[in-house]
Amino acid sequence: MAFFTRHKRFWLIAPAVVYIGFFMGLPLVQMAYVSILERGVNGGVDWGSLSFESYISFIFERDLMDNLMVNTDYLQIFLRSFGLSGLTTILALLLGFPTAFYIAMQPQSRRNMFIFLVTIPFWTNILVRNYAWMLLLRNGGLIDNLLNAIGLDTGGLDILYTPYAVAIGLTYTYLPFMVLPIYASLEKLDHRLVEAAFDLGANKRKAMTRIILPLAMPGIIAGSILVFIPCLGAYVTPELLGGGKFMMIANLIGSQFGAARNWPFGAALGFVLLALVLIAMMVYSLKFKKLPEDAS
Amino acid sequence: MKIDRANPLWRFHGITPMAIFFFAYLYLPIIVLLVLSFNENRLATIWTGFSTHWYSVVLDNTDMLRAAKNSLIVALSATVIGTLAATLAAMGMARGRFRGETGVAAMLTLPLLVPEIVTAIATLLFFIVIGVKLGLISIIIAHTVFCIPFAYLPIRARLDGMDPALIEAANDLYANEWQAFKRITFPLLWPGILSGAMLSFIISLDDFVISYFVGGAGSTTLPIYIFGMIRVGITPEVNAISALMLIISIIFVSVSFVIDRVRY
Repeated sequence: MAFFTRHKRFWLIAPAVVYIGFFMGLPLVQMAYVSILERGVNGGVDWGSLSFESYISFIFERDLMDNLMVNTDYLQIFLRSFGLSGLTTILALLLGFPTAFYIAMQPQSRRNMFIFLVTIPFWTNILVRNYAWMLLLRNGGLIDNLLNAIGLDTGGLDILYTPYAVAIGLTYTYLPFMVLPIYASLEKLDHRLVEAAFDLGANKRKAMTRIILPLAMPGIIAGSILVFIPCLGAYVTPELLGGGKFMMIANLIGSQFGAARNWPFGAALGFVLLALVLIAMMVYSLKFKKLPEDAS
Repeated sequence: MKIDRANPLWRFHGITPMAIFFFAYLYLPIIVLLVLSFNENRLATIWTGFSTHWYSVVLDNTDMLRAAKNSLIVALSATVIGTLAATLAAMGMARGRFRGETGVAAMLTLPLLVPEIVTAIATLLFFIVIGVKLGLISIIIAHTVFCIPFAYLPIRARLDGMDPALIEAANDLYANEWQAFKRITFPLLWPGILSGAMLSFIISLDDFVISYFVGGAGSTTLPIYIFGMIRVGITPEVNAISALMLIISIIFVSVSFVIDRVRY
């Protein structure tokens, strides 16, 4: 039974919903509208005009004669974002699955402590996390010095401000999102199923691919989405560990509101990113309707 | 330790080293940062001796203190408003289904789904259009939006775990709604509210992207200030500020974790 009558409950829920609707729902709708306007003469937006210029300028640019020419600059940034997000998801899966499996096989009393350890870094400041990696990865930093000490002197690590540094930082940032759902699906794994597989003559590989992985699959898919999607919108990591040289979608969007000052184009990019996220979430929730309850 | 033969871990040898590597990867940067923050050397990454010098340099920096004050104002305001709205919403949503419930629930968690950068620029455009001056107020408004779901989820989870018979019993004993809330629901709910509020507070205190876009001149928050410093270079001051932020976050999350475990 509910805590309050129907009438009162409406008024309890209303403030939160109205607040989010007004300060998030409306801005998103407005952003979609701005994306189909033209930019104003002095920056800003020309509110009277309707055009798809922003979406066209994603792939084409106009030369002086007003002819459309293919420009792959922005496309490259999109491809890099997808590539880095994919790489991050794979790295997170390679690290996250064994860890989730390890934690799930621990005695009940120790599991919560491990899960807590996994989540702590997630709650620390994202700038601080990335800065810590700058300390580690820079030339003359800890990893560089260690490599020198064991005689792998390559004359400087030269990894900071490269896409590799961005991938390492992104993996670090989003790793907990991979571990938690996989853990949730493995936690209930009945040890006896694995034991039975071995008794029936399965080797380790078979036991893994036929028993454990299928049972972990909902968690693996949930984790992959939870890593891939926020990666796609990452702003801080490419800015700091990529040194601003290897832009991802979010940096491109941000730059349209700074020096470049092309609001409609920035709004269009934002709208595309939002649409990608929402489509991924919808596909996911249609296919795996039951999962969110499991993962919680 | 006794080997549990039924436990599959016993068979898969690669798993344990990977898990160890995982935790090393997770905590190495944090430990290195903490250690280097106590380094006396001017050069941020060469260890020459223990010193708390850079902490005192940082704590004497008036620009940094002003930024920290701004961050506290924002985080406190957003947390109070957000947690209040979230608590009411959780009470309304818990138990008892209604038409459109899925939609309302989706709306309440929408801020968690939308990429930060999209929220940031959409809110920026919205504020410019409706004429909200960019400053601390605009940052507070924007932070409250994402504080609501962060507070809502633990409170709701706590309510859902509550025994409905307690409220029924209160009603049977002629408690009115308010009395039932004050005497039964709230005493059981407060750990959820406190833990939700603490999470909101830390998320707001740490937020960079949204504050960066919807803030204006004179509303530099601590993360924005740190970002500016990191952009300039790796210095012992940044080590010290970062370590401070790190310690505050870890304390907050640990306390929130402990509170949330308080038994029903």
